Amino acid sequence: MLRDSIILYLVVFFMLSMAACGSSSDSSVSNLSGAIAIDGSSTVYPVTEAVAEEFQIANPDTRVTVGVSGTGGGFTKFCVSDTDISGASRPIKDNERELCAENGVEFIELRVGLDGLAVVKNKDNNYLNDLSMDQLAKVWGPASEDSVMKWSQVDSSFPAEDIDLYGPGTDSGTFDFFTEEVNGEGGASRGDYTPSEDDNVLVTGIAGNEHSMGYFGYAYYAENMDTLGIIKVNGVTPSNETVSNGSYALSRPLYIYVSINSLQKKEQVLEFVRYYLSDEGIAMVIEVGYSNVPVDELEASRRTVEESVQ
Amino acid sequence: MSDLSGSSRTDIKSQSSMFKTSLALRHFRGRVFYGVCLAGSLVGILLLIVLMNDIRQDGFEYFSRHFFTNYPSRKPEIAGFRGAIMGTLWVMTIVAATAFPIGVGAALYLEEYAKKNRLTSLIQTNISNLAGVPSIVFGILGLQLFVRGTIGYGPAICIGESCGFGRSVMSGALTLTLLILPVVIVASQEAIKSVPPSIREASYGVGATRWQTVSSHVLPQAMPGIMTGMILALSRAIGETAPIIMIGALTFVAFSPETPLDPFTAMPIQVLNWVSRPQAEFHDLAATGIVVLLITLLTMNTLAVVLRIKLGRESAR
Repeated sequence: MLRDSIILYLVVFFMLSMAACGSSSDSSVSNLSGAIAIDGSSTVYPVTEAVAEEFQIANPDTRVTVGVSGTGGGFTKFCVSDTDISGASRPIKDNERELCAENGVEFIELRVGLDGLAVVKNKDNNYLNDLSMDQLAKVWGPASEDSVMKWSQVDSSFPAEDIDLYGPGTDSGTFDFFTEEVNGEGGASRGDYTPSEDDNVLVTGIAGNEHSMGYFGYAYYAENMDTLGIIKVNGVTPSNETVSNGSYALSRPLYIYVSINSLQKKEQVLEFVRYYLSDEGIAMVIEVGYSNVPVDELEASRRTVEESVQ
Repeated sequence: MSDLSGSSRTDIKSQSSMFKTSLALRHFRGRVFYGVCLAGSLVGILLLIVLMNDIRQDGFEYFSRHFFTNYPSRKPEIAGFRGAIMGTLWVMTIVAATAFPIGVGAALYLEEYAKKNRLTSLIQTNISNLAGVPSIVFGILGLQLFVRGTIGYGPAICIGESCGFGRSVMSGALTLTLLILPVVIVASQEAIKSVPPSIREASYGVGATRWQTVSSHVLPQAMPGIMTGMILALSRAIGETAPIIMIGALTFVAFSPETPLDPFTAMPIQVLNWVSRPQAEFHDLAATGIVVLLITLLTMNTLAVVLRIKLGRESAR
């Protein structure tokens, strides 16, 4: 009887899992099948996810998986042929290029969009409207730690209020990009700011103090316009247009790297990339809150894909 | 007599005069201690109520049929939890199926068969130490051992092109098994220890072998305790994120695993992904995901209590 109840428990457990399994394999719309493994940057993730979602609906027999290992983590997998496509929020580094070469992984680089970094302030703040890159460097530079503590030190027209800063943690690609562009060296930043990997925490922090400032992806500003204000950089407000044409200083490229071997041998990967670069696919870039690459660059990318499979 | 009773009365009087002043104080201390204990247990319950209330407020907006049937989506109104639920069910089934025999086997060996010597106590100490190792460390171990199929030295174990189990359900499940094994072993040992020695002696007394004693007396008596430990350990495993992110569980998986070697996602990973998005709708979706995770957890704990009562009654018969 004891053994019975254990068996009963196991049976119930399995039945529960199987019942939920009731697979819904409808007649397929297309005959494309097989796996497409994607990993990489968390910044590119929303675009890839949106494209993957639509592609999966149109091709129910394919299996698209998207991971979020970060740009660097993505390349470590991509260069040992673990994945077919890798998302990146910066160009591939030399050591990553070498790793790919060692393992015979050839790839093409496609720029799919641009992400503007928003420098934001509290909604009630009325003096932080337009900052030059030099002023930003004065606020965020490593030399300013424990010395530049009041806004009046940044510009004499600003009030003598305490500077209160919020930004992403040092593991983030956003941090690398911002420090590289503003302070001239990736990773060089003052340490006395409130860091968080969760951008929603930064939003809450900035919304709570009138004299605060922070930076993160534009999409987080777009969702929180009621509590945050935007700061112009060198007189330019980030928008789809200024980010696209590069006139906004803090716009970073979003790439996908595609293995040529996968493109040639796996039909589903080729179709996926074609869909990604199609008008319908590339529209997802805008839908998730990023900016388009110029049309001629998109055309060039499409040609690169077709040439690599000939 | 009167002398005696008189003297004993003064005795009592002198004694009670020694204690008289502190009686009220002692009662007061007793009441304070009662209060502290009550407050201690109320804190836990209050926290749970606050947590449940907090989640209830945002958690039920998306609580609908399609939350259980749809896969993740960029549109919050059609995004669902199915891939995560299926991934977690697959993983937990394999974890239960592997952790139970290995854990109970190890506990039986240590309690019933092993000689009490230095080697045994070394093993014992290390099992207890393993229970305190942070879960991310198990993730790194799992990545090496199961995903890549190497032990750090020498070549990987490969079948054809693929080495190890890859980033699959199997790798995730075996990693979580390693994570909870120490807890299962220690809980099972405690349960086995609590079986009175007289039962073993009686069994040996009527000529039963060691195997017969263990299988038909010790194990059934210990089973309620073992099951409780087992299910509490599974409850821990179901909420773990760090080790399975490490071994490469994915974020967007719009299909359910069909074999143990398929890629997967799990409930805590999906929740984490939703929480870290800018749109408030996704935060509500995350809350709904947490509700589902909590319900699963509470169901498992209820099962533990029911099993304990039921098995306890049976072995008492």
